[in-house]
Amino acid sequence: MLEISNLTHVYGSGPGAHHALGGVDLKVAQGELVCIVGPSGCGKSTLLRSIAGLLHPTGGTVTLGGKPVERTPDDLAVVFQDYSRSLFPWMSVGDNVALPLRRKGMDRPRRREAATEALEQVGLAGAEGKYPWQLSGGMQQRVSIARALAYRPALMLMDEPFGSVDAQTREDLEDLTLRVRSHHDMTILLITHDIDESVYVGDRVVVLSKAPATVVGDLRVDLPGPRDQITTRENPEFVHLRAEVGRLVRGMRDDPGAAS
Amino acid sequence: MTGRSLFDNRLLCGAIGVAGLFCLAELAGRTGLIDPIVFPLASSVVGRAVGLAADVDFLADVASTLGAWAVGLLLTVLIAVPVGFLLGTLPWVETSLRPVLEFLRPIPSVALIPLALLLFSDRFDMKVAVIVYAAWWPVLINTMYGLKDVDPLAKETLRSFGFGPMAVLWRVSLPSTAPFIATGVRLAAAIALILAISAELLAGGSSGIGTFILEAGSSPDALEYTVAATIWAGAIGVISNSLFTLAERRLFHWHLARTEGAR
Repeated sequence: MLEISNLTHVYGSGPGAHHALGGVDLKVAQGELVCIVGPSGCGKSTLLRSIAGLLHPTGGTVTLGGKPVERTPDDLAVVFQDYSRSLFPWMSVGDNVALPLRRKGMDRPRRREAATEALEQVGLAGAEGKYPWQLSGGMQQRVSIARALAYRPALMLMDEPFGSVDAQTREDLEDLTLRVRSHHDMTILLITHDIDESVYVGDRVVVLSKAPATVVGDLRVDLPGPRDQITTRENPEFVHLRAEVGRLVRGMRDDPGAAS
Repeated sequence: MTGRSLFDNRLLCGAIGVAGLFCLAELAGRTGLIDPIVFPLASSVVGRAVGLAADVDFLADVASTLGAWAVGLLLTVLIAVPVGFLLGTLPWVETSLRPVLEFLRPIPSVALIPLALLLFSDRFDMKVAVIVYAAWWPVLINTMYGLKDVDPLAKETLRSFGFGPMAVLWRVSLPSTAPFIATGVRLAAAIALILAISAELLAGGSSGIGTFILEAGSSPDALEYTVAATIWAGAIGVISNSLFTLAERRLFHWHLARTEGAR
C-alpha cells in the first residue's frame, strides 16, 4: 500500500547542504506494522515527513495506495513524539480528538461519538471534558493516539511516539499500539531509535544507516502472538533479533567480530 | 499569624495603602503643612468626587469619553489584529512596512492631536482617530509577537490531517495568538482612555471628562473639581483594567495553566 523508491532529500544547498536521505527504497504491505530504526539524526523524521506530504523530498517518489504523494494524503494520520505541543491546549480532550473529523465532513454529533469511542479504546473513557494539560504525559499521548484512531486512517505514522514518557508508560503504550492495530485494519509505520521497541512492536524492522540514510537491513519479526512484555522479551528469537538490529544500527553488518 | 495573613491578602493590603495615603494627605492639610487653599483637603476632594457620581452633567461627560473610548478601541482591534496577521504571516509585507512602522512608533501620540484637529472637523471623529492611532501599537505588536510564538508542530499536526493554510490560520494560529492579542487590547484600553481625555483637554469641545476638567477651571471650586474629576478618570482606568484582566483569566485559563506549569 506504501511504496517508496529512491527517495532522497537534501536540506540547503552548496557545501553546507545536509543530505538527509540518500535513496531510500521501501515497500509496506496493507496491514503491516513496520518499525523504522536508525541512529539519531539519520533522517527518520525526514522520511516520515515526506510520506505525510509535509515536505517535498528533493528526489524519488512516495506512492500511497497507488497514488503519488504530493500533498498530505487524505487517509493518513500522524502521532508525533511531542504530545504536549501536538495537542491543542485551548481545546478539551474530546474536541482535540474530534477536530480532524471535520475533514471527513462528519456532523457534530457523529464527531463527538467517534471521539468518545476512540478515547474508550485508548483507556480514557470519560476524559472528553478535560484539557490535555490536566493529564499526565502518557495520557496525553493516548489522546494523540485516539485522535489518529478516530480519523480511521489507512496509514498511521508514529514519529518516536513513546520517546517522551517513562519506561512503564512506554510499555503500556507499546501494548496499546499492538492492541488497537488488531482492532483496526490499519497499516502502521513506527519510527523509533529504541531497538528493543522496534522488535517488540514490529512485524518488520527496517534499519536505516546514518545520514544520508539508506535501508541497510529489513528483518521480518516472527514472534508468537499475542506479545507480552515479559515472555516476548525473553524469547530467544527476540534476543537474537535485537542483537541483529543492534549490529545493523551500529553499522557492524552481520559480522560482530569485524568492528571493535 | 494574623499579621501574616493580613499582608497576604492583596486587596486588603492595597486598601490599607490607599487609606494610609488618604490620612497622610488629610493630615498634611489639617496641620497646615499644605495650605488647603493651594491644594484642597483630601476629604473635600473625595466628597466632591462622590458628589460628581450623582452629577448628571458630569455623568454625561463620562459617557461621552467612554463612547469615544469604546468606538476607538473596537476600531483598533478591527484594524490592528488583521494587519498584525498580515505582517506576521507574510514576511515580505513585514520587511517592506517595518521602516514606516519604526518611524511612526516613537512619535508621541499626543503630538498628533493638533494634526487630527485639522484633519477632522468632527470632535468625536478626531478623538476616535487619535485613540486608534495610539492604541493600535500594543495590539499590533502583540499580535505579531503572538504569531511568532505559535508552535510549528501544532500547525504541522493540523496539516498532517490534510487541513489547508487558511484552516491552520483559523484553528491554530488564531486561538494560539488570542491570549497575546488580549494582553495587547488590555494595554490599548488604558492608552485609549489617556488619549481620549488628552484630546478633550487639548481640543476642548462640548463634552467629555477632559472638557469637564477644562470648564471646572473657571468655577470657584476649580481645584476640588479638577482633582475629583481626575480621580474618576483614574478609577475608570483601574476598573477597565481589572475587567480586562478578569476576562483574560476566564477566557485563557488554558494559557495561564500552561505558562505557570512550565515555570
